[in-house]
This record gives sequence, structure tokens and C-alpha cells, in this order.
Amino acid sequence: MAEGINTLSDTTFDELIGASDAPVLVDFWAEWCGPCKMIAPILEEIAGEQAGKVQIAKVNVDDHPDLAMRFDVMSIPTLILFKDGQAQKRLIGAKGKGQLLEELSEYL
Amino acid sequence: MTDPVRDVVIIGSGPAGLTAAVYTARASLAPLVLEGEPSSTSDQPGGQLMLTTEVENFPGFPEGIMGPELMSRMREQATRFGAELQTVRVSRVDLSSRPFGIWVGDPDAAEPTHRARTVIISTGAQSLMLGLPRELELVGHGVSTCATCDGFFFRKHDIAVVGGGDSAIEEALFLTKFADTVTLIHRRDELRASKIMQDRARANDKIRFQWNSRVVELHGEDKLEGIDVEDTVTGERTRLDVTGLFVAIGHRPNTDLFKGQVAMEDTGYLITGPGSATNVEGVFACGDVQDHTYRQAITAAGSGCMAAIDAERWLEATTDHEHSTETNW
Repeated sequence: MAEGINTLSDTTFDELIGASDAPVLVDFWAEWCGPCKMIAPILEEIAGEQAGKVQIAKVNVDDHPDLAMRFDVMSIPTLILFKDGQAQKRLIGAKGKGQLLEELSEYL
Repeated sequence: MTDPVRDVVIIGSGPAGLTAAVYTARASLAPLVLEGEPSSTSDQPGGQLMLTTEVENFPGFPEGIMGPELMSRMREQATRFGAELQTVRVSRVDLSSRPFGIWVGDPDAAEPTHRARTVIISTGAQSLMLGLPRELELVGHGVSTCATCDGFFFRKHDIAVVGGGDSAIEEALFLTKFADTVTLIHRRDELRASKIMQDRARANDKIRFQWNSRVVELHGEDKLEGIDVEDTVTGERTRLDVTGLFVAIGHRPNTDLFKGQVAMEDTGYLITGPGSATNVEGVFACGDVQDHTYRQAITAAGSGCMAAIDAERWLEATTDHEHSTETNW
């Protein structure tokens, strides 16, 4: 996994989301999901280019189904943007980089 | 800025586009593949196979292969021979003058992003939706067109699949791994799916069939809580308390880009023939964008090969070319 991307678990989720000054974009994904794989490199690019402005984190829903359930994730990839510990925006389905950045622009 | 005129630009990167890329790359035509952008509606790089699981009928893989894995191998094979792949979406084409113009990004830009002597169209098809009120709002909240992406979240739920073809049965069977019951809703009283898939579905006791039925209403505020189903014979409406609805009622071709420029059927499928030729000389089409009959990975790949050979021969015949020697395919 690229530098600057955190892998979250049930135990580290709240701590990281709560402690981050920058907004955190959490990617709910799984190994068996084709569209998740398509957006993975895009998220790595964003993590690199927007370092300091947004933190990218990943939740593997196979490993952490409780987190997926807690945030009502019913489709992956789902991206949820957290700011000050609160979920602000939810993006469902794979998107291109341009569209992703546009939809997140008010938080970056 | 416009780059030098290319011999071949391929639009789309499913089995058709990537096979055309392998062939044209091996013929030293240095193809540029404009793959499309990630999406979950099956017009994404890699095509519809990116939304499937096990592919059991692609020759050469006796144990089966995962759809996304097959596509990543085809991509690798195309790259190996020098195809250039860009993960971008085409916003406009101009096939009225030569070389052809292809725009990426701003469609109103004065100059095209790429110019090409031949264009191979392999933009595929995407899932049809039911067209019900609130359907799009509920995508990702119970309504889905991708069983492999979303099935996991319906563990122990009662869910429904709409459709009667192979993809509907495939989805229903896959979903029985998670769901308690899967109701297959079909507007006729018999399935269109192949015999082997029908037999598997009938043998699975989690699958129920609701014949002569169509979904007429979706219930639930933030997420799907139920659907109304109408009997197409009696008109009687019944409610099904399902939390998931997987739509597999067919596809529509991704041909909006080519409207008014390339001849198509009323349904939007491009018209080809002889071979992969469209009505525009130098423009070829392959895969599901021109095929509503077979729609298989292997037929798409086969037609991609045809398009590559047709494009190469057309280039040979029409241009004073450095590729003047006969290519050994």
C-alpha cells in the first residue's frame, strides 16, 4: 500500500478519525470487488498529491464487517469523508479521478 | 495539444478492445487505447467482466478464472506488445473528416486531443435499469446492478433478482452464498438462460421463481425495505419484503458518443459488416457495442481480432505506409 494511506480496523477507526486535523476519506473495499481495484490507484495518487489536505484510509469489509455495518455500507466501493470525526459526504461506486476530486472539492 | 496522427485509436477496453490492441500492437501499429474511467455501471476500464466473478467458459482456463483477473491479463498482454493505454473517457469524436478527431476532457476544445487514421470502437454495453421512481437514489442502498460488489452485504437477508437471462441466473446463484432467499422475478413464464444455468438455479433450494411478474414500485426511505410486484397476467399486485434488489434485465450499448456519425440500429447498437466495418470508412466496431446476439467474452475477443485485421488491411490499402509488408498474424 502506498505511503500516507492508513489501514483501519475496529480498534483504530475512531482514534484515527477523531485525531485527524485534515478530513479523512475512508475507502470501504474488498479483494473480490473489481471496481474497488480500479479506484485504488486513483486514491493513491490523491493521497500523494493532496497530502496534508486530506488523509486517505481504507477499511477492508471482509476483515471488518462491523465497521461496514456501522456505517450502513451496502455497496462497495463506498467512500465516506469524515471531518472532525463526523461523516460529511458519501460517494457510492467507482468514479474517475476528476469526478472524485470535484465531488470532494468543498472539503479539500 | 494535439499529438501526431495515430494509425489506430481504440475506444474501450473490454475483451474486444484489448484483443484489438494485442493484434494491432503486434502489427506495429502502436495503438492508443482510451480505456474509459472507473465506474460501477459497467462502462469502466476492463468492461463488464470487471463486475463478474468466475468466468467458466473462456477457452484455455479449465479451472475458470475471475473476470477482473482475466482482464488484467489481457491488459498486460496488450502492453507487452507496445499498446499505449490511458485511463480516460472520450468526450467527443469527429468522424466526418480525416484524420478522425478524438477529444478527452473538454468536448468544446477547438482541437481534438488525438487524431487517428482508423478508429476501433469497442465501448461495450451497460446494465439497463428498471426506470422506476427513486431507483437511482436507492442504488447502493439496496438496489444494485453488481452482485459481486454488493452481495456480501446481504448476508441472511431476503433479496430479489430481476431478469431471466444468464446474467440474472448467475447473479441469483452467486447471491445464494449470502442471502437466505433469492426470489427471481421474471416477466415471462420461462427463462432465457442457458440450460446449464437453469438446471443449477432449479437445483438450488434458496432460489424461488416468481413468473410473469414485473417490479412496479420500490419501498423504503433511506434504504430498500420492499418492492411491489405485478402479475403480468392477472394484474394482481403483491408486496415482497426484500432488502436487496439486483437488476439484470439486459444492457444498452454505449453509443451516445457516435450518434449521428456512425450508423446504428434503433436500439443503439452499431451496424457492422462486412466484417467489423461500420458505414464510415476507417471506423471499425467490435464487441457488445455491435452485438446483441452473442455477447460473450470470447465472441467480443474474436470480433476485436477481426477489427484489428480489418483496420490494418484498410491502412495498407489506403495509405502509403511504412507497414507495407504483409503482417504475419
